[in-house]
Amino acid sequence: MAGTKVKIGADDNNNRRSASSVMPSFFSQTPVSNPMGTEANATQSSRLSDYGVLEQYMGFRVGDPSGISQSPRFTSAADGRLSGADLHSQAFNMTRPSTSTLFPGSQVIQFHKSLAPMPNIVSASNAQHENWGDSNMADSSSRTDTSTDAEPGDKNFEMGQSAAVVISDSTDKSKERNQDQKTLRRLAQNREAARKSRLRKKAYVQQLENSRMKLTQLEQEVQQARQQGVYITSTADQSHTGSANGVLAFDAEYARWMEEQNRLINELRTAVSSHTNDVELRNIVSNAITHFNDVFRLKGNGAKADVFHILLGMWKTPAERCFMWIGGFRPSELLKLLVNQLEPLSEQQLTGIFNLQQSSHQAEDALSQGMDALQQSLGETLATGSSGSEGSSGNVANYMGQMAMAMGKLGTLEGFIRQADNLRQQTLQQMHRILTTKQSARALLLINDYFSRLRALSSLWLARPQES
Amino acid sequence: MDRIRDLASQKAAVIFTKSSCCMCHSTKALFYDLGASPAIHELDQDENGREMELALRVLGCNPIVPSVFIGGQFVGSTKDVISLHVDGSLKKMLINAKAIWF
Repeated sequence: MAGTKVKIGADDNNNRRSASSVMPSFFSQTPVSNPMGTEANATQSSRLSDYGVLEQYMGFRVGDPSGISQSPRFTSAADGRLSGADLHSQAFNMTRPSTSTLFPGSQVIQFHKSLAPMPNIVSASNAQHENWGDSNMADSSSRTDTSTDAEPGDKNFEMGQSAAVVISDSTDKSKERNQDQKTLRRLAQNREAARKSRLRKKAYVQQLENSRMKLTQLEQEVQQARQQGVYITSTADQSHTGSANGVLAFDAEYARWMEEQNRLINELRTAVSSHTNDVELRNIVSNAITHFNDVFRLKGNGAKADVFHILLGMWKTPAERCFMWIGGFRPSELLKLLVNQLEPLSEQQLTGIFNLQQSSHQAEDALSQGMDALQQSLGETLATGSSGSEGSSGNVANYMGQMAMAMGKLGTLEGFIRQADNLRQQTLQQMHRILTTKQSARALLLINDYFSRLRALSSLWLARPQES
Repeated sequence: MDRIRDLASQKAAVIFTKSSCCMCHSTKALFYDLGASPAIHELDQDENGREMELALRVLGCNPIVPSVFIGGQFVGSTKDVISLHVDGSLKKMLINAKAIWF
């Protein structure tokens, strides 16, 4: 009994109907279910007792973890975070209230509904068959395989064909020949297309390699130039030496920070893959997390020197810049990316991470609203025009007043960057507290991979071949 | 200082702000999002505003606004509030002070 698999349904929409039509044939296969089969013809008064037996039976079936895991649709519907080890217990717990597939209550009701009009189980199951979808119910006892759809389908095909074969034999043969030729042609075309695709891919990869080499060369040149104090900037209006020096200093320090970060990440990667002991791993992870504090400090200094340089992400690659939030990454987004790849997480950890996601999201919203208010306020300040009939000195005074106010408002941008960075820092630290050492290590590696891929994407995008 | 203490103890959540301050706007937005209804006192609209500002500075609030009090206790400015929110403490404080229920 435990080994018998049953196809619960072609798809979710057919669950109820299929479930109720599964049951009759299912029961007919196994000795335990026979009471149901016979009681199907029972009178109304015994229907309640049918319920009891059915519930017990379905209860047993639901509780069988092998049954759950063998339903392919179920595993895809289950939360993707769960690992194989946790799937049986956790998936069952998590989806028990929600899924209609294996929930005894709903199926019992459906079964009852199908019982009411048709006391005869066999005719009930036949009537349901038409609603099944693709599978062939004519031979229900053979429908024991959950994993392939082919078998019932094949039977259908065979049965249909046997009827048709007698009628049109000669025309079939020529049709077959045409079919063969078409198939051969199609296969040849596929092969040709695949070959061309492979060649294209090869050419493209070659191009990428060349671009990559060129890129590293350029990076080295820029690095050297920077160290020699050459003024490199992409915007035309950085004329003031003060802020220019600040920007230069920030860029240089950021480059140094990146190098150190890469070194720490490599150390972490080596430690993880060589299964270092927990104490040492904790040290390395702690170093990496603390190192993040440095970049937030750098950005604070940079924002003091030139708030727009930081806010607009001029120091980041284009792709990073495009998806920034107030001068950096969005903490809740980062958590969302990580959580699916950090399995297995305990219930407590899942709750903690979920709460952290929610809190950071709320804080992000609050800060975003503040930024919107700032923009609105600035707009109002600048848009307040004087009504013209005043003397020229009055107008100038107005203008100066407006500008002074606007200047004050711009000054608050630095505060927003600081709060956003603080949020990023706090989120990372809280995440570190929730996760185990190994999980934190993995998270840091994932974060690093994500950002370096984003940077690589920028490079690829900039180096992509463009048709003129 | 007395006025600050006085106002701070009148409601479970109290925020001292300035009407032009956008960071105050953010802090208010966060409290509203959590379901708290803080009492807002705008220092630039208050006749004793200057003295209150000085009192807050003495208390160590930096920047002076927004200045947050929960259950009559001084909590801090935006940075403190956000840090407390991220580790879950802010919600607990608000629940203890009966500013929110869950």
